[in-house]
Amino acid sequence: MSNIGSYDERAKEFSWEISEKELGYRDGEIINIGWYCTDRVCEQGKASKLALVWEGHTGAEKRYTYNDIRLASNTIGAFLRGLGIQAGERVCLFMDKIPELYLGFLGILKIGAIAQPLFSAFGDESLFVRLSNAETSAVITQRKHALKVRKILDRLPHIKHIVIVDHDGVSPVKDREVAFSLEKAGPVERLDIYPTMAETPSVLHYTSGTTGMPKGVKHVHYSLISQVLTAKWVLDLRDDDIYWCTADPGWVTGTSYGIIAPFALGVTQCVMDAGFSAEAWYRFIEKRRISMWYSAPTAIRSLMKAGDEIIGKFDLSSLRHLASVGEPLNSEAVVWSQKVFGKPFYDTYWQTETGCIVISNYPGMEVRPGSMGKPFPGITGTILDPNRNEPYPFQGKIGLVALKFDWPSRMRTYWNNEEAFRKKFRNGWYITGDRARIDKDGYFWFAGRDDDIINTAGHLVSPFEVESALLEHPAVAESAVVSKPDPINLEVVKAFVTLKPGFTASKDLDLEIMNFVRKKLSPLAMPQEIEFVDSLPKTRSGKIMRRILHAREWGEEIGDTSTLEND
Amino acid sequence: MDELKDIVLKYVTEEYLEADSDPITYDSPLISGGIVDSFSMVSLKRFLENKYNIQIPDGKATPEAFDSVNKIAVLVREFVKA
Repeated sequence: MSNIGSYDERAKEFSWEISEKELGYRDGEIINIGWYCTDRVCEQGKASKLALVWEGHTGAEKRYTYNDIRLASNTIGAFLRGLGIQAGERVCLFMDKIPELYLGFLGILKIGAIAQPLFSAFGDESLFVRLSNAETSAVITQRKHALKVRKILDRLPHIKHIVIVDHDGVSPVKDREVAFSLEKAGPVERLDIYPTMAETPSVLHYTSGTTGMPKGVKHVHYSLISQVLTAKWVLDLRDDDIYWCTADPGWVTGTSYGIIAPFALGVTQCVMDAGFSAEAWYRFIEKRRISMWYSAPTAIRSLMKAGDEIIGKFDLSSLRHLASVGEPLNSEAVVWSQKVFGKPFYDTYWQTETGCIVISNYPGMEVRPGSMGKPFPGITGTILDPNRNEPYPFQGKIGLVALKFDWPSRMRTYWNNEEAFRKKFRNGWYITGDRARIDKDGYFWFAGRDDDIINTAGHLVSPFEVESALLEHPAVAESAVVSKPDPINLEVVKAFVTLKPGFTASKDLDLEIMNFVRKKLSPLAMPQEIEFVDSLPKTRSGKIMRRILHAREWGEEIGDTSTLEND
Repeated sequence: MDELKDIVLKYVTEEYLEADSDPITYDSPLISGGIVDSFSMVSLKRFLENKYNIQIPDGKATPEAFDSVNKIAVLVREFVKA
């Protein structure tokens, strides 16, 4: 029997109080995610239970009990407090998936500061816009990533401290840097947990916008309520599970379901800090006896590509429940998973802004391969007619996926950008930016994005940001960025570029521009293909018509071209 | 000394390794070690194709085949010979 039992029954009689009661939280009381994920679990008698098993790419292993993560997060929290970090200040985590990332996240929350995790592969420009917008006070990082911070430090007056977690503590540190070693620091037994309340900010995740720079999605400590219940009912997390969430905490999945929910539920989770290879992943599942596996369609498709033969080499019988997130899970992947693992991947749908799973397939509910599933109990989802901004009165029509914005982990605003937040709503509905239809039984079926944002391997990339980076290359005169189909990553970045006089298109220039964007922004924002063109399609007012290039890449109808220049 | 391996090693070091990282060898795990991710692999593949005037089919450009300088050298030689 699954945790959720009957979806229909749960949906009929639902209240978030179910989660509040389970967590022992009452309205108006203190709620601190860092405490819930560590101290409370220890108080429940699980202090010696394994909380985190970490494995590096060399096979090195570190194990932490719940008491260990309680002490380690206390230690990091106390260290930050000792540096003068106050509640409400933003502390960025810019690290690989090492234990300090997970423990630092909890330590930051314990002192009431706001955790700002950023993907360690970000280039210096991506890093700068996010740190600058958040007016971040401190960055916790590793030696190998500190250089990127140093490069932009002159432009970041708000940064007071750069904490280097793997510094030898002997060689001199640079401007504003401070060395910290979790192993060498004495464990802090008692830390005064900051009395955060339901609406106190907790986490700031950055997400890409269509036209502007990335937006900081502000979450609050009360998000815990829906993160825990969705993990319990959708991921079906149980006390005896060995859980593996493959997401990096630089993305929201890696914090909501890679730190907060599993730790608050007292579950043992495993982390592998290594690049992808099918063999390494299967070996990890076998070695760690993973029972609940939460991954992404791109990874699943990569495993499919690696073939079925390899699976036979490993004992994967520990797997009990599988789920997927980040982009639509194609029906072939669901069918394949049933064939090779004896169970389907349950697709889940949500966004940085929603903070938790909002539409999903559930254990105990029929999985329709390729479908997003149904709204989580207590969450109202619909398909809006984009012309009237009203739900379609009948099913089957493709429109905008919209939600009543009233569950605990919804974002509270975009950091320093209230206007962008307001624009996410129409007629009282939160607009996700995705298009879908609902079938006669209430299942949602994804149809595509409603804007120019590129979803590559489950990560959103703003064409505007890539175009801006391209224009900084000395050879580039104009640029237009769109998605193009990709069998593994769903879609990838493609750039159309015109060159300045004196530059000639060549294979070497193509590679140089690719690497330029990769280093400036991130590997996933790097155009996988650059097409040099003489001119870009523009409106008569000079606006580049991405729509035409996009349609060409996807083999779609170009549509109305009446405003096209030189048409 | 192996010129092909040295060229690849130098390129990977200059393009993908963070400045304060430990140096890599011909056997260092590039993909599984997190030095080159699946997206960056596209630019590494492009470099090899440009440098050696070859075409590596997508089916051959696997994380396993790109996982070390030694493995990349084997892959490149297969196409250079062809």
